Amino acid sequence: MSDTKRPLSPHLQVYSWSLEMALSIFHRATGVALGGGALLITWWIIAIATGPDAYDQFRTVMSSITGKVFLFAFTFSLMLHMCNGIRHLFWDMGKGFDLGDSRRSSKMVLFFSVFLTALSWVIGYGMILEV
Amino acid sequence: MSLRSPLGKVRGLGSAKNGTHHWWMQKVSAVALVPLTIWFVSSIVQMTRADYEVVINWMNSPIVAVLMLLFVTTGIYHLKLGLQVIIEDYIHSEGSKVFLQMLVTFSCVAVGTTAGFSILKIAL
Repeated sequence: MSDTKRPLSPHLQVYSWSLEMALSIFHRATGVALGGGALLITWWIIAIATGPDAYDQFRTVMSSITGKVFLFAFTFSLMLHMCNGIRHLFWDMGKGFDLGDSRRSSKMVLFFSVFLTALSWVIGYGMILEV
Repeated sequence: MSLRSPLGKVRGLGSAKNGTHHWWMQKVSAVALVPLTIWFVSSIVQMTRADYEVVINWMNSPIVAVLMLLFVTTGIYHLKLGLQVIIEDYIHSEGSKVFLQMLVTFSCVAVGTTAGFSILKIAL
């Protein structure tokens, strides 16, 4: 780096935070979180393969408050990573780089990940309609 | 010092010799994961209150078992590629880098194999 004559971009902490920056780092953070989600899904599959007792044990843990917090975080991480990932696929095709477009798509990513998380929980746990 | 231009190096696929393969695989698995994730979540939200019989009968079906296998293997492959880049970006000591890359690879293969075996055990 010492022989670089080109101007370097300022360090990350110089910029004021924007929605785009937050979503960028959250994409990576939720990706790591989904690694934990993969372990959760694997535990669920193992529990089903093992038998009714193991499955009940899994359900008991997931029905607790801690379990539900983890499941909720998992759902939101999955939706955010998926929605933002779809946006990345558009960027890969060279679409949506303009400042206005990228602000609009940031808001869409946020809206759809919240909406899909809420939808999953309303259907799954009947948080509004008691099934 | 190399006399080759940056463009020449890229055309020669650079020092890694695999060009854009990693990036492309990340994208291919991402595209596959969109419908698989939608299928998985929409299936699972209907089973939050289901008892054991319902869940095992669901996963007994060949179509469900194959889709579950695709979802788990594609997801874990995508996870492995993503974690690999995070290690490349943030870990600069050669020893920890090699150790963590191996740990990620072994863990992903182990988790994927365990999940896959369990799905087959249920369905077969």
